[in-house]
Amino acid sequence: MSFDYDQYIRGGKLPHIWCPGCTYGIVFKSLLRAVDSLKIPKDDVALVSGIGCASRLPGYVDFNTLHTTHGRALPFATGLKMARPDKKVMVVSGDGDATAIGGNHFIHACRRNIDITVLVFNNFIYGMTGGQYSPTTPSGHLATTMPYGNIDPSFNIPDLAKGAGASWVGRGTAYHAAALDKLIVEAIQHKGLSVLEIINACPTTHGRRNKFKSPTDMLLWMKDTALPVTAFDKLPPEKTAGKFPTGVLFKREAPEYCETYYGLVERLKSPKEGRA
Amino acid sequence: MGKLKLLQGNEACAEGALYAGCTFFAGYPITPSTEVAEFMARSLPKIGGAFLQMEDEIAAMAAIIGGSLAGAKSLTATSGPGFSLKQENIGFAALTEVPCVVVNVMRGGPSTGVPTGPGQSDIMQCKWGTHGDHPVICLTPAYVQEIFSETVRAFNLAEKYRTPVIIAFDEIVGHMREKIEIPDKGVLPVEDRPKPACKPSEYLPYDDSKGDVPPMANFFEGYRYHVTGLNHGPDGFPVNASPRIHTDELRLMRKVEANRKEIIRYEDYMTDDAEVVVFAYGVSGRSGKTAVEAARADGIKAGLFRPLTIWPFPEEEVASIASRVKGIVVPELSLGQIIFEVDRCAKGRCRVEGIYRVDGDPITPSQILAKIKEVK
Ligand SMILES: Cc1ncc(C[n+]2csc(CCOP(=O)(O)OP(=O)(O)O)c2C)c(N)n1
Ligand code: SF4
Ligand SMILES: [Mg+2]
Repeated sequence: MSFDYDQYIRGGKLPHIWCPGCTYGIVFKSLLRAVDSLKIPKDDVALVSGIGCASRLPGYVDFNTLHTTHGRALPFATGLKMARPDKKVMVVSGDGDATAIGGNHFIHACRRNIDITVLVFNNFIYGMTGGQYSPTTPSGHLATTMPYGNIDPSFNIPDLAKGAGASWVGRGTAYHAAALDKLIVEAIQHKGLSVLEIINACPTTHGRRNKFKSPTDMLLWMKDTALPVTAFDKLPPEKTAGKFPTGVLFKREAPEYCETYYGLVERLKSPKEGRA
Repeated sequence: MGKLKLLQGNEACAEGALYAGCTFFAGYPITPSTEVAEFMARSLPKIGGAFLQMEDEIAAMAAIIGGSLAGAKSLTATSGPGFSLKQENIGFAALTEVPCVVVNVMRGGPSTGVPTGPGQSDIMQCKWGTHGDHPVICLTPAYVQEIFSETVRAFNLAEKYRTPVIIAFDEIVGHMREKIEIPDKGVLPVEDRPKPACKPSEYLPYDDSKGDVPPMANFFEGYRYHVTGLNHGPDGFPVNASPRIHTDELRLMRKVEANRKEIIRYEDYMTDDAEVVVFAYGVSGRSGKTAVEAARADGIKAGLFRPLTIWPFPEEEVASIASRVKGIVVPELSLGQIIFEVDRCAKGRCRVEGIYRVDGDPITPSQILAKIKEVK
């Protein structure tokens, strides 16, 4: 039986704003399948975003949804989660939203290891504003504000997340949708801050300017350059040049922020230990 | 009889927040406001509330909006540079109608300015700081007791009108210690946000058909809805180039404008027969009172109008004073900001004279007295 997306999509809110060929729709469907498989009641989920094409996603889904200011989804989400630690809080963010204007919030959310699932839609460009370079735009690529080719070094989002203290880090692509379902499920199930980078394609403002003849070419590029991390790790560096690993890239057990905080609250209740 | 305490203004602010039912604080340290955060860091874990020191003031403002949406009465406190950083998200709270309270303990500026000295030069920023038209409520207490009670009132107004409320006081009253009484529970009114009575399926979060303040459902309580900083329709979803944007922005302004009578508070001291009135708030209001008393002792008919609500501005009250007096004296710790409002309301009916000072010291009663004598 085919999956019933309508149970999650808000009535009358489609069509969405995304361009033909944009891969965000693929990821959107993957997210709905993943959440459905976990059987979390809709009332218990908050989906928070910043500003950008990716950040428009929450508006279409029948959860508690919060479309905030550019880069700031994580601190808004942190407020929700600290006030209601028993609920599921997820964030959808673009590469610019999460790692440029929101970079400081991103690393500090990772450091706190608060139980929030962060899905970073990396399309290597500022899509919504028309194709300016982002902190993930590959070297040499053309962008409206890098008309002679990008000279800015770029971030590797999973490395950034791991370095900042996130306790679960993964990468998937819009091309590998079935694998993506599983990664989103695992990211949501993980207790602590999980960052899932999802490689996306923006044909409108990135692909067209950078020798991708069609949106399909961009999907095929994902197919050709993504390697499951297990295979990637076994290959010598010369064989992995230009490729990127996908799957669960890193995980560790670490105290979750709300548990630690509310553990303190419990301790303070017993007069012996509460010294404050 | 409540509890008597010797408290600093900043501590009284935190006490007021707790009295009002605040269970969520997020902030970032900055002089001269830090004691508010420190007090909340000690108190909130003990009552099961949430305290967060965020990575910056932008994040702190975002976090309290999140906390409030999840149902917690929320507070942040900051000063000058931090207040500047909060502005974008203050606008977000105004447009999305999420109640919250923002304390700005004013220091000298611009930039890093005078971190440890008093200022009153953010008063226009309190009204116009964020971009776009938006409603503003800003309270300006001048005594430690008043900081306590006005903080309670700030929460009540935020909840009742679903809007951010700013409390602006200067470093001097923030750090000054005075004896105050913390009233017993129930003595001061405490208000909560209007909640929806309808079924979740019928809930329209921004429905303006039954009044200017739509009931607010908290997240996770069964009313799933969308909150966005884009202009939105009654259902909370974005609208583009629509007459609704105009009518809805008028409604937001009306929440405050139509309730001026309730929101505006002030101390009116001997203005009835006055020939000269001092218009001053915060620490300048305290000096103003001493100056007025000295003037009266000298046989000069002086009075004091000390607003506790600076925004919305007490327009009618100032207009009425202007029509009765020879002059209004406006001392402020800036190079002249609130005097523009006084002047606008006086409409040339009397003299309006400013006293400005930004060297880190307060305006003294004798400075004000000299000006009163000059104006009479
Ligand atoms: C404070 C602020 N600065 C700039 C903008 C303009 N802006 C809107 S979206 C965007 C970039 C979005 O890029 P990304 O996060 O990668 O999302 P995408 O559109 O590619 O999904 C920018 C710069 C804004 N809305 N707010
Ligand atoms: S501009 Fe790019 S990212 Fe935005 S909807 Fe179009 S294709 Fe997608
Ligand atoms: Mg992008």
